[in-house]
Amino acid sequence: MSNPVFNPIPPRRLDPVSLCFTGLTGLATVLILAILGVILANIVYHGGANFSWGFFTGGTAQDMFDVGKSGVLPMIAGTAARVILMSLFVIPAGVITAVYLTEYARSSSLHTRIIRGAVNNLAGVPSIVFGLFGLGFFINFLGQRLDAWLLPGAAEPVWGKPAILWASLTLAVMTLPVVIVATEESLRAIPQGLREASLALGATKLQTVWRIVLPQALPGILTGGILAISRAAGEVAPILFTGAAYYMARLPQSLTDQFMDLGYHVFILSTQSPNIDKTRPILYATVMVLLLLTFALNLVAILIRARIRTRMRAAH
Amino acid sequence: MGIRRGYRARPLELLAEWFIFGVSFSAMVLVFLIFVFVTREALPVVFGQVNNAVRQPVIPVEQMDNLPHGQLGKYLGLDARQLAQMDRETLKELMAVRVEAAQKVPDDKDSGINTLAWRQMFLPHQWTGYERPSYIWQPVSDIPKFNIIPLLVGSLKTTLVALMLAVPLALAASLYVSQLASNRLREWLKPAVELLAGIPSVVAGFFALIVMASFLKSVFGYESRLNAFVAGVALALAVVPVVFSIAEDALTGVPRSYTQAALALGSTRWQAAWKVVLPAALPGVFAAVILGFGRAVGETMIVLMASGNASIMSWSLFDSTRTVTATVAAELAETVFGGNHYRVLFLIGALLLVATFITNLAGELIIHRLKKRLEGLA
Repeated sequence: MSNPVFNPIPPRRLDPVSLCFTGLTGLATVLILAILGVILANIVYHGGANFSWGFFTGGTAQDMFDVGKSGVLPMIAGTAARVILMSLFVIPAGVITAVYLTEYARSSSLHTRIIRGAVNNLAGVPSIVFGLFGLGFFINFLGQRLDAWLLPGAAEPVWGKPAILWASLTLAVMTLPVVIVATEESLRAIPQGLREASLALGATKLQTVWRIVLPQALPGILTGGILAISRAAGEVAPILFTGAAYYMARLPQSLTDQFMDLGYHVFILSTQSPNIDKTRPILYATVMVLLLLTFALNLVAILIRARIRTRMRAAH
Repeated sequence: MGIRRGYRARPLELLAEWFIFGVSFSAMVLVFLIFVFVTREALPVVFGQVNNAVRQPVIPVEQMDNLPHGQLGKYLGLDARQLAQMDRETLKELMAVRVEAAQKVPDDKDSGINTLAWRQMFLPHQWTGYERPSYIWQPVSDIPKFNIIPLLVGSLKTTLVALMLAVPLALAASLYVSQLASNRLREWLKPAVELLAGIPSVVAGFFALIVMASFLKSVFGYESRLNAFVAGVALALAVVPVVFSIAEDALTGVPRSYTQAALALGSTRWQAAWKVVLPAALPGVFAAVILGFGRAVGETMIVLMASGNASIMSWSLFDSTRTVTATVAAELAETVFGGNHYRVLFLIGALLLVATFITNLAGELIIHRLKKRLEGLA
């Protein structure tokens, strides 16, 4: 009886079924990237051709739907203003909430659990519902009461109407979870030893948070802020009723002015144009400006986040 | 995570802590305010306190003095302050106007119907001139009709198309990226796919409207250029990154040792991914689909631009369609503050809020339990 030599390593088997499915899933990935590529290529090809100095510096005074006569400056200004205003509200509020959740609260307390649940749910609320909330709360509730209190007897509402302030606040509520989640993630990535060392040297808790923890978490906070801004910059539904204007002769001058917006302008140009062939060039160019803005922001955020994750993996 | 140690008497420290607590507390309150303020505007409709029938009961002018206190104001639609400002003669005239107006209303059975009742909003009704009981959304007409069913069907249609396209694609891609691709490829693929999430929905809607609609029409040869199918395809663009990210997270969360054990037993990478990793992460994958559903139902701009916006009751994918979200976006700007139409749109918003709340809660719960299970086993 011959004793066959036992070979512990089985011969590498090429399984056709496995190969086939690996190929299929790979194909799905490629398909998604191809769709993304086609969209971007289409927009860049048609949009880039219509970029001109006049397009960036011109207003819409003459003819909104006709290229060559119309520019995009008021929309860029409006979108930038509402996004900056929003970050002034959302970044401090989001960071402080995240600091509370990770540094101060007991992770099992009812308050923490409710905040976490609320934040998670906020992230899934449809953007149009935020628009309804903005109209119902900021404009019809808060704004009207401000009017009655500050300017009793005024004929025209000043606060109780759509305005850039209300649009920014609505967007701030919408993007709050983005900032909270990103900040929390980066706070958790900081080794506990750093906090302990700081406390052991006699620093108070506030000093530890302010001087040790927050500087370390800065890249993560930055990512959260950028992600929130890029999400908000492209959103249209929440500002439909809270501040975006179809047309304005001048740039917004105060918090209670309405504003023109890039995304809303894309919507108007695509759906309201009397002659779509004439409007198409300017439409493409406007879309490209919006896309450049959101993609640049997203890219920066993704890069920072990738670096944090690598560092975090190295730390553990 | 926090470390607790005894406070020395430091007022600044305590003050800062209160401040931090206060801010986080108001963040929580804000979320509840959303519920409160979206439902608040819809409450009169929810509780059936409004009756918008064209023919209202009329009180003869002579009976004005016999009316119990407060009922006169309610009858004429005046609040207490307005009522107090008017003298007897004006009130009498107003009542006469009401009687006169009532005589002009056609005396058919349609004009006596309160279209804001729950039955009218959800059940079909036999309107004069229609062949059979129908579901009709016509908020601006002589008799405004607020049947929500055509809108729900519209949302369902576009959502289903989007999920049918996006879910297989996104799940396959997440399996490939998390399990089959080499590490180096993976570092590139994941952010690249997630870049899709950076396309604003108004841009996806623009692309569907300007480029895709005509292309798809020439391929499939259906009648109306904008329909539930086009909207669904465009909606898939928004759903893919959601499903991909969550499913990829769940698959990556499965401990490496699972794959290593399967490979050691002689399985191929695909067999390990399909038969070991995927079953272990299945709840997470399911949650990804649920959350993708929530995203699809709540998306507004894409469907507003690509679905054609005709609120007709039809199950055909190739008919022009209007969804729940698009209705709110398209109609709210034209409504009167506090009017019936306004309230019904807020009611729709509240329904949307509840629906997404439920899907989110379900998704979160599933993911949470999966994480616990995998941590326990790892």
